[in-house]
Amino acid sequence: MHLDHTHTGPGAVSADAHRPDGTRRALRIGLGGPVGSGKTATVAALCRALRTELSLAVVTNDIYTREDADFLLREAVLPPERIAAVETGACPHTAIRDDISANLEAVEDLEDAVGPLDLILVESGGDNLTATFSKGLVDAQIFVIDVAGGDDIPRKGGPGVTTADLLVVNKTDLAPHVGSDLARMAADAKAQRAELPVVFQSLRGEAGVTEVAAWVRGKLGAWRA
Amino acid sequence: MGAGEAGRVAGVRVATGGAAGVRAGDGGAEAEGTDAGVAQAEGAAGITDTGTPSVPTTVSDRPASPATVPDRPASSATASGRQAPHATAPTGAPAPTGVRARARLHARPDGRGGTALPVLEGEGPLAPRRTRGSGDAARVMLVGAMSGPLGGDRFGVEVHVAGGARLHVGSVAATLALPGQSGGEAHYDVRLDVADGGELRWLPEQLISVCGSDLRVATRVEVAPGGRLVLREEQVLGRTGESPGRLSSRLTVRVGGRPLLDQELACGPGAPGGWDGPAVLAGHRAVGQLLLVRPEFAEHPATARMLGECAALMPLAGPAVLVSAVATDALRLREVLDEALALLG
Amino acid sequence: MVRAAGAPMSRAALLVLADGRFPAGGHAHSGGAEAAVKAGRVTSAATLEEFCRGRLHTVGRVAAALAAAAALGIDPAELDAAADARTPSPALRATARRLGRQLLRAARACWPSPELDALAAAFPKGAHQPVVLGLTARSAGLGPEDAAHCAAYESVGGPTTATVRLLSLDPFEATAVLARLAPELDAVVEAAVAAARRAVLDGTDALPAASGPLLEIGAEGHAAWPVRLFAS
Repeated sequence: MHLDHTHTGPGAVSADAHRPDGTRRALRIGLGGPVGSGKTATVAALCRALRTELSLAVVTNDIYTREDADFLLREAVLPPERIAAVETGACPHTAIRDDISANLEAVEDLEDAVGPLDLILVESGGDNLTATFSKGLVDAQIFVIDVAGGDDIPRKGGPGVTTADLLVVNKTDLAPHVGSDLARMAADAKAQRAELPVVFQSLRGEAGVTEVAAWVRGKLGAWRA
Repeated sequence: MGAGEAGRVAGVRVATGGAAGVRAGDGGAEAEGTDAGVAQAEGAAGITDTGTPSVPTTVSDRPASPATVPDRPASSATASGRQAPHATAPTGAPAPTGVRARARLHARPDGRGGTALPVLEGEGPLAPRRTRGSGDAARVMLVGAMSGPLGGDRFGVEVHVAGGARLHVGSVAATLALPGQSGGEAHYDVRLDVADGGELRWLPEQLISVCGSDLRVATRVEVAPGGRLVLREEQVLGRTGESPGRLSSRLTVRVGGRPLLDQELACGPGAPGGWDGPAVLAGHRAVGQLLLVRPEFAEHPATARMLGECAALMPLAGPAVLVSAVATDALRLREVLDEALALLG
Repeated sequence: MVRAAGAPMSRAALLVLADGRFPAGGHAHSGGAEAAVKAGRVTSAATLEEFCRGRLHTVGRVAAALAAAAALGIDPAELDAAADARTPSPALRATARRLGRQLLRAARACWPSPELDALAAAFPKGAHQPVVLGLTARSAGLGPEDAAHCAAYESVGGPTTATVRLLSLDPFEATAVLARLAPELDAVVEAAVAAARRAVLDGTDALPAASGPLLEIGAEGHAAWPVRLFAS
């Protein structure tokens, strides 16, 4: 029997902003999007950009266990104890939306083990355009698509493109090579998302993840306010 | 079917000695529970208060005669003071028809750095013999004076190891569960008790569930927090090419009064469904467990690992490790358990 | 120690608790099916049925009895120790606690009760799932039969949906497996509840201890795989 600490009160309910000891928990930001759009690369870049100023950790949801977690470990963007992998039983969207139990356990265990934390990034397994994060799991979500996946994705919409707090159109450096029309993507995104922000980025470019990192800092400021 | 035929199990030593031949389970009628038989069995109990090897002087065969005394009421046995230790029939009911037999072993330090056996008794088919031990440990072999248990039999073995004593118990041959003339279940109850500072190595040969038999084994073990135990149990489902009998075997182990391990395996005709399917045995005909309880495991638990495809070494939720294995036959099962024992020292 | 049951009986609560969509983490677990599929022991609806039947009569029976015992109010710490003793595989003990912790979160949101709070305080890393399930049923006003039914059904429902994903099995065939097992499931529940009632008087040794050696061994092998679809 484990009696090392207690875990009572409203902390057991998922979206509560406080930890069992009454302190404010870390901000949780989800990153979703189709396979190969650059979620893991964006997470790695965010870790490099923010790790000196923030205490952060990452939860990955792999379709096939540990691929993304292993990538982050190889890239050494964070110490291994700050990266947790969740197995999703071949249903990555279930693990971030319908039954978030395992992910909640992972974020809480990270806070217990290496906390206090400012920020936890929860990366979904690559899925389709309908996958979104439950509000019980994350406080804000980023949906990552890329120009090579077709410049009609913003026009097609879907819950990820339409409702995510931030839409990232990744790999803009590839646009000329794959014949994607960035202006059209921007216009379609604007039509789908109204005032919600969109960032066009190339992680190979000079700016890299700067704009997304700035958006994350803004969210963190609001969370702490 | 005599016990002589029982040798058709790969790598298993099967008793054929002495009385085994008279236990013709499928043959002549059983003679059980006669006053004479009980008297002989009681006479067999040898008690010694020394550390020297002691063998019961008249470990008796069960009556070989096919004559039966079927209707002896239990009350007469009670009146004569000869009711068997495990008999449970209420007064006035017909006596159970099987043999009741019990063996008891007590080990304690002999005061000279060795282990004495102040109690070393057996009766009927259960005959413990002290053999040459090694170092400060006493060694006892259970000699299968008969080939039972047959249906309706009720055997019991009790072992107590006191603090500072070391006892190693083996058996000279595999135990055969056989069908009995009278039918019904046979019971084999084992009680092991290891005190603080005591050590018991309980390493009997296999139990073979012969076609048509029906045996319920219950092994209950109490280990004090500072006690040490090595326990092996192996079940072989039928002799070679034979379908198994009904067997259920439960192993319950407590350490310091707290549950450590509680496992029951039921197989054979009439067992709950799926016992031979992909979740339980999947066609394997030998299944076994090796349990080691040591105080040191509390501080330094073993690391879980696979031992091939069909065996795993598993630290338990207590100061112990269990090796669980299934195999195609008794020989391969023993190989993997021996390998594990060597690994764990 | 036995306490009286809490909330009044609600049969519909059983449907909520038994729903496969109940968010308690089960979807990521195969109940040993992934290991059995990889070993070539489960390849079809027929072999899935034998796998599930074996599970039902071993770990399913034990889980049903533990859940019924918890629903009857037997001390959860005693039941948790009994569950430990009936689970030699450390991988399966860890899984049972993880699922217990995840179920407890959902349970406290759905049927808050002081007993569930106390369980969370005593087992911050999770108690064995069937124990939590029984206490959840109790907090929902359900009885030991309901708790045992949930546990027994979970013991076969989880592997079945997992096998549909692992083998691309026809979902109708797979669900028919569950339907065929229903009468046996009822019988297992009846025996499990009877054992749980005996345990109220005689202690947890009265609970069944049926085991599936290949489930335990397979779980240890599975836990060591570098790559897998399911957490267990």
